[in-house]
Amino acid sequence: MIVLESIVETAKNLMAKAAIEIPDDYLEGLRKCADRETGDLSAFVIKAMLENYDAAKEDRRAMCGDTGVPRWYVKYGNQASVEGGPVALEGALRSATADATTEIPLRPNRVHPLWRTDHNNNCGIFAPEIDYAFHPEGDWIDLTTVHKGGLFGTDYRMLFPGDGIEGIKRFYLDTLIAFGKRGLACQPAIVGIGLGGSKDMCSVLGKQASCLRIVGSRHPDPKVAALEEELKELGNTIGMGAMGFMGSSMVIDCHIEVGYCHTGGMPMSVHMFCLSSRRATARIHADGRVEYRTDPKWFSDYMRRSSVDWDMSHQVAAE
Amino acid sequence: MTDLKTVEIDLPASSDQLRRLELGNIVYLNGRVFTAREGVYKRAIEDGFGMPGSREGLGTVNFHCSPAGTVAPDGTSRLGAVSATASFRFVKWFDAWFKLSGCNIIIGKGGMTSDDYRRLFVPNGAIYLTTVGYGTGALLGRGIREVVDIHWVEELGMAQAVWVFDVKRFGPFIVESDFDGNSLFERENAKITSRIKELYQGTRPATLRRYGETDDKSEEVI
Repeated sequence: MIVLESIVETAKNLMAKAAIEIPDDYLEGLRKCADRETGDLSAFVIKAMLENYDAAKEDRRAMCGDTGVPRWYVKYGNQASVEGGPVALEGALRSATADATTEIPLRPNRVHPLWRTDHNNNCGIFAPEIDYAFHPEGDWIDLTTVHKGGLFGTDYRMLFPGDGIEGIKRFYLDTLIAFGKRGLACQPAIVGIGLGGSKDMCSVLGKQASCLRIVGSRHPDPKVAALEEELKELGNTIGMGAMGFMGSSMVIDCHIEVGYCHTGGMPMSVHMFCLSSRRATARIHADGRVEYRTDPKWFSDYMRRSSVDWDMSHQVAAE
Repeated sequence: MTDLKTVEIDLPASSDQLRRLELGNIVYLNGRVFTAREGVYKRAIEDGFGMPGSREGLGTVNFHCSPAGTVAPDGTSRLGAVSATASFRFVKWFDAWFKLSGCNIIIGKGGMTSDDYRRLFVPNGAIYLTTVGYGTGALLGRGIREVVDIHWVEELGMAQAVWVFDVKRFGPFIVESDFDGNSLFERENAKITSRIKELYQGTRPATLRRYGETDDKSEEVI
């Protein structure tokens, strides 16, 4: 049994870690961009961001004043059991979000879309979002919080099989250029692409590809992995760097997730996780141990399964 | 990396100081700055409430920002990170806003168009500084020495309220529009546009079109 107190405590720590500490994989990716960058303005911007990460850690203050939209991803091991059940878990994540907003502090970003009502705690109707996934084995839960920017850098389009890779490249470039100008997307970014699925799943896959996979990770399908590499390079040859200034630092990495879609279509979504790529994960074990990490390890062979049944003998590979 | 020219300005800035700034200069500010965004513009201009304080009290630098801060019931405040929000959404209020506020420096994210600068900024002797990154929230937070006042928290909520700061070496910012209304972002866009045609070779327009769609990549979406 995972005790509720541990969830509340861990969730508050995760809110602070995500807001304050840039993940190592993103930092390493940005340093590589900095090494290659020849545009003087773009290079200046990256240098300032690197100083900003240090300032945030030294002062224990949020790295960006815009909180983004804090949200949660929860993965349950199949044998996990939480004190009070899933309703208590959701209550713990909501109260951790509200408390962390005051304690860190974070800007209260969440308002009603029409009445602009602001509870000053980043909670409200359907906020924070809480998404779930499952793992075939384990008595743990993984908690991941992501604070992604909420305004620019995302688009969805229904493409068709006949549009092919050429159509995918066109929509990819269109999105990067539209939101890269003036740096609206706060690039260099981790670009996530959802291909296939229903419309909502297409968006979910692209969003999760940008926020829940680390820089350098590749899709298990080698052909999809090759497309990730190709699109990453393509994005960095636009000639656009940080803030839209001339340069080469647009894409820190490109991640693609695919899902089965309608036989007539090829829907595509594009998402960009920004210079303040805020994510933090912890695994809480039934025996009370808590392990913090920056890799959400969200996608698994189990989640990407394509057969009707899941053969439990695959579970070792899935870990 | 070539060294970019860095300028430190004591506020309020004179027209002479602003005239000397060139696109791409790096700027740090000392003195008084206040935040205002759509909630403030609507209340001050459309709802007719005017400014929430005197010109001396607020200063003449308008930062498009809502900080990560908290206000205790006794009125004391605590500040974390501060970052800018995208400015192009606020253009429609700016004619009236310059006349009402007397501001001559606007700080934000992403700037506005050179048409906006020539029509609205140049006649009012104002320039635009863009924040860097975006999201040097921790560095900017360090530059704030004191929260002098907070106006309209009750009316607008903390994110939209007017925060008045005294700042020291507050930055970095980059000069996006100069005294003649030129735009750094547009200058950079033009450099990139020349390569677009080659970049798009081997791509295909979507079979299903959208209303209002353009294939002119020199256009912007703002």
